[in-house]
Amino acid sequence: MTTILPVDKSASVNPLKSSQPLGAAFAYLGVDGCVPLFHGSQGCTSFALVLFVRHFKETIPLQTTAMDEVATIMGGADHLEEAILNLKNRTKPKLIGIATTALVETRGEDFAGDLAIIKARRAEALAGTEVVLADTPDFNGGIEEGWSKAVVAMIAGITARVSARRNPRRVAILPGFDLTVADIEEIRDMVEAFGLEATILPDVSGALDGTVPGKWIPTTYGGTKVEDIRTLGECVHCLAIGEGQRAAAEKLAEVADVPYTLFGTLTGLKAVDRFVTALAEISGQPVPASLRRRRSQLADALLDGHFHFSGKKIAIAAEPDHLYRLATFFAGMGAEVAAAVTTTGSSPILKKVPTDEVKVGDLGDLERLAVGCDLIVTHSHGRQAAEHLDIPLFRVGFPIFDRLGMQHRAHVGYRGTRDLIFEVSNLFQAQRHDPTPEGLNPLTKRENAHVSRPETVARAH
Amino acid sequence: MLSPKVQALFDEPGCDKNQAKDEKARKKGCSKPLTPGAAAGGCAFDGAKIVLQPITDAAHLIHAPLACEGNSWDNRGAASSGPMLWRTSFTTDLTELDVVMGQGERKLWKAIREIVEAHAPPAIFVYETCVTALIGDDIDAVCRHASEKFETAVIPVHAAGFVGSKNLGNKLAGEALLDHVIGTHEPDDVGDYDVNILGEFNLAGEFWLVKPLLDELGIRVRACVPGDARFLDVASAHTAKATMMVCSTALINLARKMEERWDIPFFEGSFYGVADTSEALRQLANLLVRRGADPELIDRTEALIAREEKIVWEKLEAFRPRLQGKRVLLNTGGVKSWSVASALMEIGVEIVGTSVKKSTDEDKERIKQILEDEHRMFEGMAPRDLYALLERHDADIMLSGGRTQFVALKAKMPWLDINQERHLPYAGYDGMVELVRQIDLAIHNPIWAQVREPSPFDEAGRIVGESVIGRTAPARTPVDEVAVARAANDAVPTHTLKKFAGSGAGDADDC
Repeated sequence: MTTILPVDKSASVNPLKSSQPLGAAFAYLGVDGCVPLFHGSQGCTSFALVLFVRHFKETIPLQTTAMDEVATIMGGADHLEEAILNLKNRTKPKLIGIATTALVETRGEDFAGDLAIIKARRAEALAGTEVVLADTPDFNGGIEEGWSKAVVAMIAGITARVSARRNPRRVAILPGFDLTVADIEEIRDMVEAFGLEATILPDVSGALDGTVPGKWIPTTYGGTKVEDIRTLGECVHCLAIGEGQRAAAEKLAEVADVPYTLFGTLTGLKAVDRFVTALAEISGQPVPASLRRRRSQLADALLDGHFHFSGKKIAIAAEPDHLYRLATFFAGMGAEVAAAVTTTGSSPILKKVPTDEVKVGDLGDLERLAVGCDLIVTHSHGRQAAEHLDIPLFRVGFPIFDRLGMQHRAHVGYRGTRDLIFEVSNLFQAQRHDPTPEGLNPLTKRENAHVSRPETVARAH
Repeated sequence: MLSPKVQALFDEPGCDKNQAKDEKARKKGCSKPLTPGAAAGGCAFDGAKIVLQPITDAAHLIHAPLACEGNSWDNRGAASSGPMLWRTSFTTDLTELDVVMGQGERKLWKAIREIVEAHAPPAIFVYETCVTALIGDDIDAVCRHASEKFETAVIPVHAAGFVGSKNLGNKLAGEALLDHVIGTHEPDDVGDYDVNILGEFNLAGEFWLVKPLLDELGIRVRACVPGDARFLDVASAHTAKATMMVCSTALINLARKMEERWDIPFFEGSFYGVADTSEALRQLANLLVRRGADPELIDRTEALIAREEKIVWEKLEAFRPRLQGKRVLLNTGGVKSWSVASALMEIGVEIVGTSVKKSTDEDKERIKQILEDEHRMFEGMAPRDLYALLERHDADIMLSGGRTQFVALKAKMPWLDINQERHLPYAGYDGMVELVRQIDLAIHNPIWAQVREPSPFDEAGRIVGESVIGRTAPARTPVDEVAVARAANDAVPTHTLKKFAGSGAGDADDC
């Protein structure tokens, strides 16, 4: 059993976490025609916005209720109402996704009550626009929790309570924030290979895949359709990916009685086998030859790639689900997860991370624990630790702001796992240092160091 | 012109295997005659380049159309502690026009001049190849002339691919060293403790695991040929007092002729395995004492051996719990397998088979004693048979050269490279520990369980594994009963037999 070590210091050094409202906004960004709205001061929004832009290299629609001093003292309901109406008038969104911040949560208002009143009072003005709210104070959780709460809020707020009919070919997919645009595309590809139709919530592959729309659009363009969220209860089955999606899957089961199956990870041969088996069972169709071919390619990649992983020590810092996915992958390739740092300690998946101890902490902890490791695996902020320790950095997760194209790398499915093996193997191969006499000398580590014979003349220069 | 030289090489008094043959068999040479359509392994040029190229400060110029060098350069893991010129690839890259117009010699001359001007190396080795031998370029004359004109040693190497095998090329390279290099420099620091190590390639820098032990004993390596060699050291090799010959089949002619010409005694040894490493140190000390070194060297050597063996056995013992009872298949001819085998067996590993393709009768006898079962020795094996053997999982790991790597991997069998392409050092005491560590890592890698577990889908894509969504799937497609029965009988074959080119699976695993 993995031991989970809680935070043991007051000064967080080089944070690993991104905030909870950012995670909620991230989820809202995967819905078509949406504007996420932070209920807080404008700085909260600005920092998150800049980080999103650095990561995605896209314009990001993200608004704020711009709480000022008076509103902070007198109450923020007016600001919330005004922000919603302004957004409705100026951008005509299909969805306004509200994420509360630490400021308003500390003040402590009945946001759900306020919102219900606003929606009732402004029903006419807000027609055609859904408004949902997730309680996501910055002082709790992180990006993974915020994402989860936003998805729950959307299902609770939009999905129709009574399902008209079941569609035997339609499945709901609930992915985690750590899945890239290419990951989502890979999942959709696998689902559709069985003749099934996937409703993916949220679907960043439509909204944040880096396209040029040809006109100015003030909301997200692409992603899950609000109408599809409304009819999510028609799905015959729900496939949730990552422990963080359990709450949303249970909410869907509660709202519309859709059974769900949870997958801890879709990276790795056996994990993908499970997923593909589920798809075959749901569809009643055999596994297509193309998928079986990819499975065989992955088996070969395991064989060819394992030489580069055997005995390597890996330091990973990531949110709980992502940490689990990465750690099981590296351990499954024969590497040792020598350091594991995560953002929050409450997820039950942490107990299953294949390592002795998971430290809830920051990149300062990672830097301390990664000494002697062969690879650091975390987001771009890990670059300082990597430089200090002279250990290569494999960039994953959020944010990645110093590399391009990260959204188009798939690491799930047979094909994605295969490519992940190759990427990491290539990183290791690029690090190869030529052997030196000093490095190999078996006696230097011993006490009886000795004086060598003088070198021959040919070696003197 | 080359023919008498090749014939002479086939008569090798230093080789007991060679001497055991009758006159007629000896004429055929060491290697079995190549079978068109079923041959594998390198040519004589390949063998010659392998032996000479690790001379690190020399330039190596291949006089040939592109393929000879262009398809083979920078492919071996010998390590250098200094100059890197040896890794730069030089070839005359002959074109059709060069061949037709007879411009080969002129181009060679210019190429030599360009290399001298750009790099000023102490020596340039010029390799003759099939085409340049065929069109009759007088490489000797060009080299002789260039040596004088540029005041640089320019050495012709006559080992065109068609003259024979890689092994023959090894020996022809030795001849080139005898004819043009060794004895051409008189060092002023000759000592009683100078030795040559022949046939040590310093793969992955592994000789550096051994050299500090020699340093500690006060033994100086005058020339290690070719691993991490410098040209002047090789040119001075005739001043050493004793020679150790490591890869016996490669350079035995060189060792014997150096004994004849300069009275340097040699012995055949190996740095692979604990017992062999100790024995090699012992023999070096004995030979040096015979040649005038202080006899106390022998005592110091024994003390060092005792100390190092104690340490290495302690380190190896730590692996016993993880490797006890594991079954190793040694499929290699390049290293002296009996010594590695005996060290592995010492920590509880079982040797289920070993190739003796390149072993001498004496080696075979030793292997027989160690394994107590001669049926475990085999002479090379066709890839198809090897695949079948591995697929039955009659072993837990195969140790071999790169050529049979994918036979093992496709049979889902752990595999470890112990030949020339490897990146890890296995020589000496510490190298043995590294080898055992790598065996441990390879056998216990979790991917084996993943890839060996049968696919949860059958060949028609139907689910044969456990249900995931926890209920019977709706509206399954009608099941073909015949196919189901067949699938059950076949026990789910998850991979198909592949055909591999070539005859013997270990053919390319020379030095």
